Amino acid sequence: MAADTAGPVLVLGIGNAYRSDDAVGLLVARQVRAAAPPGVTVGEESGEGVALMDAWEGALRVVLCDAVVSGGVPGTIYRLDAQAGPIPTEFFNYSTHAFSVAEAVELARALGRLPPRLIIYGVEGRDFHAGTELSPPVAAAVPELVARILAEARDL
Amino acid sequence: MSAVKTVKVDYLARVEGEGALYVKVKNNRVTDVQFRIFEPPRFFEALLRGRDFTEAPDITARICGICPIAYQMSAVHAMEAACGVQVGGQLRALRRLIYCGEWIESHVLHVYLLHAPDFLGYQDAIRLAKDYPEIVQRGLEMKKIGNEIVEVIGGRAIHPVNVRVGGFYRVPTRRELLPLAERLKWGRDAALATVQWVATLPFPDFEYDYEFVALRHPDEYPFNEGRLVSNKGLDIAVPEYEAHFVEDHVAHSNALQSARVGHGAYFAGPLARYTLNYDQLSPLTQEAARSIGMPPECRNPFKGIIIRSLETLYAYDEALRLIEQYEPPAQPYVPVPPRAGVGHAVTEAPRGILYHRYNLDADGKILEAKIIPPTSQNQKQIEIDLGQFVAQHLDLSLADLTWKCEQAVRNYDPCISCATHFLKLHLERE
Repeated sequence: MAADTAGPVLVLGIGNAYRSDDAVGLLVARQVRAAAPPGVTVGEESGEGVALMDAWEGALRVVLCDAVVSGGVPGTIYRLDAQAGPIPTEFFNYSTHAFSVAEAVELARALGRLPPRLIIYGVEGRDFHAGTELSPPVAAAVPELVARILAEARDL
Repeated sequence: MSAVKTVKVDYLARVEGEGALYVKVKNNRVTDVQFRIFEPPRFFEALLRGRDFTEAPDITARICGICPIAYQMSAVHAMEAACGVQVGGQLRALRRLIYCGEWIESHVLHVYLLHAPDFLGYQDAIRLAKDYPEIVQRGLEMKKIGNEIVEVIGGRAIHPVNVRVGGFYRVPTRRELLPLAERLKWGRDAALATVQWVATLPFPDFEYDYEFVALRHPDEYPFNEGRLVSNKGLDIAVPEYEAHFVEDHVAHSNALQSARVGHGAYFAGPLARYTLNYDQLSPLTQEAARSIGMPPECRNPFKGIIIRSLETLYAYDEALRLIEQYEPPAQPYVPVPPRAGVGHAVTEAPRGILYHRYNLDADGKILEAKIIPPTSQNQKQIEIDLGQFVAQHLDLSLADLTWKCEQAVRNYDPCISCATHFLKLHLERE
């Protein structure tokens, strides 16, 4: 059996529903869940890294979605392949968590606990203040993110 | 040689959230210390106004991904106090049990992944894991057991949904809890090993005559109930909190800094709980403290990593006791009919006391909410520690001093995401 290319796909949306653009991962996850084909499981996570490592434990194919800050244009979509190389830790440093997505990926790598396939979708956020609305550029990126993650889940 | 030296660290990692820290040294004297927090913390208090009293536990749980149970516990106890209802028996025990889970999760995360790297000279836990994979794996497994407790009782590990005013939506069966017991026994052994391990770390020579503030209960180590006491004469019922503590708005920070009226800064969290409640720790935990030579009072904040490890051991021990004695209650919750009134609660979040106060109308609508997270309460003391530490260690190189300042902030495991969002460190020498 080709373990790396068969079996279920786990999609994890990461974020905080009360931190404006930080909610984007959760909103994308909910839309992916509504449209997901059989074999795709969708979860929501706060972004606390150890819990994230627990969430993907045993999964072979994982897609993460989270808001990022890298100085780019708000709403820009990034795709990172965790197996291809280290995730820049500053990429996710607007997370409110001391031990967040990038650290979880790198710690898992150091301990040999990285899923065989791990794709990370990031969307450049603009506003991370307390609030429940996405900024317009981030909201506008949601349909494309959902479509790309669904396509990724089919092909992964 | 120029008398001006500047150290600047733009991003202080391994604390929950982000903020800013600024220390200025002029002619070998500390002239300014600012622990800065930029974002007003009052969004959630505004969000709660006009909402039903039953919504507060779930809304406030979203303030922090690390300590949602603390927010839920302070919210439910405050609401029950406002409505004149007391929850006892096994429902009360389950609340202690779920809090044990959160202490384990939060303390283990801090001890292993956030604070230990400071003592061992690693930039972060990833580099620590490369050299000590088995130690880090042990920490991850210990933390997972905390998650499992929260998941079984709270419905899920992240943003648990099963807690409600009056109790729980659903209570676990004995069969659901029993598998945890075996895991907890392993965790308790691992916690004992953790205590032994952290006791061997090198600790900076630093002590301060703190005013420790914590809950104290006559029969148990505190989680949800008790009087608010200190080692400097405070002994009040929780509803008197606002008569004894004030929040100052300081220019450099959008967060409010708490102070005890007439006394000033104070210290909340593991060191305070331990020192004020040592006699209530389980025999196993006291024995572990004795075995490493830790006295019943600890005034070195860097040794917070030891106290957190001892409290982790206690949390496993207490969780086991609670599970062994568990009988599912007949009803998952006590009915709490709303009434007009004010309710207060303080519970012991992993980082220290978390105060909630709600004013309700006769239908249970929230008219006003006040939330004072432990990090706001410790903020003034963190500034004092930094000033004192720098003043006593001016002989250190700038790099060492900066490292130790970051470590000193992390002594408090500040959960700045509760209070606000950003933390950056600036250390400036003239």
